[in-house]
Amino acid sequence: MSAVTDTLSTPAERRAAIPALELMDLRVGYGRVEVLHDVTLVVPRGAVVALMGPNGAGKTTLLNVAAGLLPPTQGCVHVSGIHVNGVAPEVFSRAGVCSIPEGRGVFPNLTVRENLRVFSHGSRHPVGHIEAIAFEHFPKLAERRGQLAGTLSGGERQMLSMCRAFTSEPVILLLDEISMGLAPIIVGELYEKVGQLAASGIAILLVEQFAAAALGVADYAAIMRQGRIETLGEPADVVDSLSEAYLGRMSA
Amino acid sequence: MNLVLSYAVVGLVLGCLYALTASGLVVTYTTSGIFNFAHGAIGMFMAFTYWQLAVGWHLPVPLALALVILVLAPLSGALIERLIVRPLYGASLGITLVVTLGLLLLLLGLADAIWPPVTTRQLPSVFPGQIRVFGVVVTVYELMVLVVSVAVAVGLRFLFTHTRVGITMRAVVDDRDLTARSGASPARTAQLSWALGASLAALAGILIAPLQYLDQFNLTLLVVTGYAAAVVGRLRSLPLTVAGALLLGLVQSYATGYLPTSLLSDIGPAIPMGLLFIALLVRRQERLAQARLTGQRTRRVLTLKPSLALAGAFIALSVVMSEILSPGNLLTYGQGIVLGVVMLSLVLLTGYGGQVSLCQMTLAGLGAFCMGKIAGGNSILGLAAAVALPAAIGGLLALVVLRLRGIYLALATLAFAYSMDYLFFNHFLGFGGILAVGRVLARSQRGFLVEVSVLFAALGVGVLALRRGPFGRRLAALNDSEAACASIGMNITAVKVTVFVVAAGIAGLGGALYGGWQGQVGPDDFQMLTSLILLLLVTLGGIDTVGGAFAAAIFYAFSPVIQRHIPISNFQLLAVGAGAIFLGRNPGGFAGQLTMLTDRLRSRARPVGLRDAQAAPSAAVPIEAEAGRPGAPGGEAARLVGSH
Repeated sequence: MSAVTDTLSTPAERRAAIPALELMDLRVGYGRVEVLHDVTLVVPRGAVVALMGPNGAGKTTLLNVAAGLLPPTQGCVHVSGIHVNGVAPEVFSRAGVCSIPEGRGVFPNLTVRENLRVFSHGSRHPVGHIEAIAFEHFPKLAERRGQLAGTLSGGERQMLSMCRAFTSEPVILLLDEISMGLAPIIVGELYEKVGQLAASGIAILLVEQFAAAALGVADYAAIMRQGRIETLGEPADVVDSLSEAYLGRMSA
Repeated sequence: MNLVLSYAVVGLVLGCLYALTASGLVVTYTTSGIFNFAHGAIGMFMAFTYWQLAVGWHLPVPLALALVILVLAPLSGALIERLIVRPLYGASLGITLVVTLGLLLLLLGLADAIWPPVTTRQLPSVFPGQIRVFGVVVTVYELMVLVVSVAVAVGLRFLFTHTRVGITMRAVVDDRDLTARSGASPARTAQLSWALGASLAALAGILIAPLQYLDQFNLTLLVVTGYAAAVVGRLRSLPLTVAGALLLGLVQSYATGYLPTSLLSDIGPAIPMGLLFIALLVRRQERLAQARLTGQRTRRVLTLKPSLALAGAFIALSVVMSEILSPGNLLTYGQGIVLGVVMLSLVLLTGYGGQVSLCQMTLAGLGAFCMGKIAGGNSILGLAAAVALPAAIGGLLALVVLRLRGIYLALATLAFAYSMDYLFFNHFLGFGGILAVGRVLARSQRGFLVEVSVLFAALGVGVLALRRGPFGRRLAALNDSEAACASIGMNITAVKVTVFVVAAGIAGLGGALYGGWQGQVGPDDFQMLTSLILLLLVTLGGIDTVGGAFAAAIFYAFSPVIQRHIPISNFQLLAVGAGAIFLGRNPGGFAGQLTMLTDRLRSRARPVGLRDAQAAPSAAVPIEAEAGRPGAPGGEAARLVGSH
């Protein structure tokens, strides 16, 4: 601790040294079934971490814990150095966590504009400004502003849910499989936006099955299997263990 | 011509009142996903509070109005949300139903205790005077109702489409978790909507009250009429709700105007309920999570030997009781047992089959009616008819309400029960009329008690045997998932109709025994309210066990005894209401507690791993909640899941 403060002199540097998200020794379960066993994962400020692994590895569970929706039975969650265990998910949001759930990040019975209106809870901007930001990044949504979000196409829906990342200016963004069920060309567009968000200094923890898309933007990659993080490293280093995680070890 | 217009004005005013009520109901339902059966009771309670302030304590009318509608009602709404509704967000639909019904009873009991119905109370007329519009005399009060309703409708519309707080209320319904992810507090938003709902209920209650004397039960039910309008709006759409309410008001007004009075006195009060019934039936089908009244874990069903042993023990208990109890206590004990038979029908129908019924006492009443009317009132023929006729009616009812589930089924049975109160019981038995009902076999009080106890024990063993057999398995499957049953080719219709028929038969038998035990019955014996109390009592005992019915019967039997020793009136209503509310925290009921206790003792006997021990306290709940997580079929369940 003191070593860190000694070498970092300015307050800005010191702040930058505090990770955006720290998950320490997490144990999480649904009822009697424990699904995360002693998971520790740190997302440094401004870094993009891709979380990968086969179905049922516990990736979404991990994101839900980081979003405050699921309390861990053991371990701590820190958001930019603040201990946020046990508080309500809306407080996580105010502490700087923006979490976009898989495939249903919009309110289907509200119009596009009304969705943005609700998103404005987690933002310091006034409503008018939020619409401007959203429509600037996703011009398509401007044409759909009066339409119910439930009637949007899958890609448009994902765009609308991504708006929250732009309007709330979070410390850490949690993305769960934004490519789910979308055409490759739209996935490409969305990942362009993820790149923009990362470039603006927002730390991102993303879960993705589409390894190429995720590893393209990620600074680090973690591979989860059966409730544990098995491999952690830079994208180039994990590619081999990735196919192993999905397909099993090759015995030749 | 003038007459037609006059009735139109009366109808519109009535419709506006219903619209006020129904929109309050829709507001709370759409924002918290919980259908508030106590909405009417809240309105009633607030109307009485207003009377207390304005008449009892002589406060100026505007001050009293403002105090009730703007301060007391919202506060109590918020309080109800915080204390009673919030623990329900992860609960099954059935539990929310029981808890809000419990709140209804509690408020009824409280209002009855605070303002004893020995004096007649009338609200001060806020706006005296009348004016003429197009040759029709309109009172200022009627004009006020119209203006207030339009203002409320416009205000609500604006709130829900143009303000962030209103839009957030709608967002909470769509996706509770996502609202929290967006940084808004779902709990606080729901609290706000309950405050608003209570305020609307108070407004409706106060405006409806001048139409008659203040009466707890009638006022609660008048507001219940608004349910029909809410159902027309599919519990979601405010414009449709208002349209439904106006239609309801007009139909009622013209019926009052043009039906012959002799006919009207019978069917008049039943009109709104009849419309509710029709609205339910023509309503477009939507996916709904099923109302389950069972506790969260499946209980082992008692096998034959222990159930026979317990039945024997129960009969022995009754024999002893028949010897030692004083005549007064014997009367209440026997009453508990005969009503226990009716409650057994609820265990079968609602506990095992998941079909909520608020009309079992109506079916029991039909049983008593057959018993009393046929062959001198004490023949085995009458007893057979007392089983057969309710069973037939139950079967018909089942066919009519076949596709209704959850709160809609509850509302339909409620409408049936309420209509029958007027169409059948008041008509054939007369207001305050009596019908002598005899007994079969044993004639003496003690002998008949033993006879009734043997029947209760036999039926209990029978119901358990039914549950263990193939039919019981189908019933349990139906309770778990109708969709799954349909997909494996099970004949849902046959199972549903059968269970309705058998349960109605048992209820009819219970009614005949009830009549025999009392010696005579009147229309008041089979009121809808009694059905409600019975359902809540059995749920308190544990609705998926025969033991639950037994516990409920014993409580029913001895509550008058307890009543004699405490100064609070309405002990039974208050106890059942309060108990049902606490059920929100412990859905298994009394029997569920026992099961949990024995399970805990059993698990203590063998060593438990560290991990198990950590997860144990919340073991039962999250698994259930997980099944209803977003993504599971039926948006309803998803909506009800909160953070746990």
